[in-house]
Amino acid sequence: VPVQGMSLNPVLQDPAFAVHPPFLYLGYLGFSVVYSFAIAALVEGRLDSAWARWVRPWTLAAWSFLTVGITLGSFWAYYELGWGGWWAWDPVENASFMPWLIGTALLHSAIVTEKRGALKGWTVFLALTSFIFAILGTFLVRSGSISSVHAFASDPTRGVILLLIMGLTAGVGFLLFAWRASNLSEGSVYAKVSRETTLVLNNLFLAAATATVLVGTLFPMIVDAVAKTPLSVGAPFFNLTFGPLLALALFILPAGPLLAWRRGDLREVLRRLSVAGAIAIAAAIAGYFLVSPKQGLAAIGAGLGAWLIAGSLTEIAERVKLGRAPMAEVGRRLGGLPRGAWGMTLAHMGLGVFCLGACIEVAGKVEEAKVMRPGDTLVAGVYSLKMDSISNVDGPNYMAQRGSFTVNKGAELACVATPERRTFPASRTTTSEVHICPQGLSHFYLTLGEERRAEDGSPVWLVSAYYNPLAWLIFIGPVLMALGGVVSLSDRRLRLGVAKRAAPVPAQVQPA
Amino acid sequence: MIRRALLLIAAAVVLSAGDDPSLYLKDPAQESRARELFQEIRCVVCQNETVAASEAPIAQQVRQIIRDQVAAGQSDQEIKDYLRQRWGDFVLLKPRFTPRTAILWLLPFAIVLIGVVTIVLRRPRPAATAVAGEAELTPDELKALKQLQENSASGGVR
Repeated sequence: VPVQGMSLNPVLQDPAFAVHPPFLYLGYLGFSVVYSFAIAALVEGRLDSAWARWVRPWTLAAWSFLTVGITLGSFWAYYELGWGGWWAWDPVENASFMPWLIGTALLHSAIVTEKRGALKGWTVFLALTSFIFAILGTFLVRSGSISSVHAFASDPTRGVILLLIMGLTAGVGFLLFAWRASNLSEGSVYAKVSRETTLVLNNLFLAAATATVLVGTLFPMIVDAVAKTPLSVGAPFFNLTFGPLLALALFILPAGPLLAWRRGDLREVLRRLSVAGAIAIAAAIAGYFLVSPKQGLAAIGAGLGAWLIAGSLTEIAERVKLGRAPMAEVGRRLGGLPRGAWGMTLAHMGLGVFCLGACIEVAGKVEEAKVMRPGDTLVAGVYSLKMDSISNVDGPNYMAQRGSFTVNKGAELACVATPERRTFPASRTTTSEVHICPQGLSHFYLTLGEERRAEDGSPVWLVSAYYNPLAWLIFIGPVLMALGGVVSLSDRRLRLGVAKRAAPVPAQVQPA
Repeated sequence: MIRRALLLIAAAVVLSAGDDPSLYLKDPAQESRARELFQEIRCVVCQNETVAASEAPIAQQVRQIIRDQVAAGQSDQEIKDYLRQRWGDFVLLKPRFTPRTAILWLLPFAIVLIGVVTIVLRRPRPAATAVAGEAELTPDELKALKQLQENSASGGVR
């Protein structure tokens, strides 16, 4: 036994990192309850609105925890790994993203099962799959069978046990499903233009997106086992396949809540969405001309983001009859909206906020680097930064060089930045402590490189500066989504059972 | 084993990738084209990182190869083909479309296509149209309902 241990990998010594796995596991835990509900429904052969309503709070809770966990992990990568990346389509990221996608699909299909008694088989299937994907995620992360930047604590023996658990869970679940699902009567009918159809399309796009992520994640492993000529599936593949699927889902989203159940009036809905559509087109044009270099992506992101935000607000405005009823009536209706409605609006707006931030950040990122010595100035877009000094700092378990920079926007002082280069003697590694200067919703992001020698022997440092436009929105969006989940969870309707059918209902208290 | 892996990761991930600006291509358009290519090429010794993000020596070397070839006027495809000849398909983060990868590339769109066709061809079952969207009733409930209807029909006028 060594006297001095290895110490925890320095990049992991961070609060956001420390709490993100527990959030993910709370999410996985919630799906185990959902799975149990699905098994119970299949065994009993009874699957009705009450069942869908019981499953909903567990799905909402699991989904909200997963959303927070994934966001924290992404935020950690953004400020800790030192190059401003927040999502890399790494297998371990995908492992937590797949249960999230299935959970999202389940949340929506369970609404159809609850309100309309339709999609029963599909909802049960998703309820089973959500937990199986959660175990698959754990397996991918912990077994070390995939090559990932997250391979921090892999252990093949644990992998075998997890694989057995997953086989058992999936085997029992799907066998039962194949045996019993045909007994589930499908409920009511609906027209092709109806809220049901939009929710079915939502599920179709989410299922296709999940399948894409699943195959993309496992394909290299399968090819490696079968053909022994390894290949890679990385971010460019996912961007090309997942991207369009998500865009389609986002495009139809605002129409869903506005369409009526059973039979909707598409023309009327489009008329109601005309203001939101105009805002979206204006945002797309603004994105195209204001953001460079990737103008196309900026236009799509800004357009879709604005479409979702304005579309969600349109739905609330319609519900309270804004502009069609006196203000007192609007206020009364606003107060009477169920928490579930607010939750949905928040979550959909959060998705729009995320879409806006993610696309604009990727499309308009500015990156500059320069080898600097104290006194030098680096110009990045409208920002200029001057290296004032470099000092040595002793941390609790590391030694660091800390740079002090004055960042100016035009002639104005924007911030004083102090990025660090930390050396951890116990593990003999160095990490970069990024300094982020928030500029409204955007970030000015600064890293200090290793000390080098210039040709004349004097010390110099490689300094990288990034301007990440609207970067805050990438993380605020998912927080709004999780908040939407929590608000929806607090809806008192979820705590009351569906009225029992067996109870005799006196006719006179049932006004039509 | 784990110790070695950890050190490797630490070395590969922690250092933020940044080239000495003296290596940048003079033409900004060429430099940005090279950087786009960095995003599509895997660092072959790393644990799933692009050459853009890795500080490993091999990644630096590959970045140099790409910059040189961009400067020499090679097309993106020619550069990728060259890298593939040296390191195999493993180096390409966007797998080529081949018979082997067809399922990978076509699956997402096949699912959407099948789904949309199913939705379009779906016919509402006439049996269910009679009940106007209410949850289905059990035989007992149907009997009770019938009784109620009969009662109101016979003794409706009070």
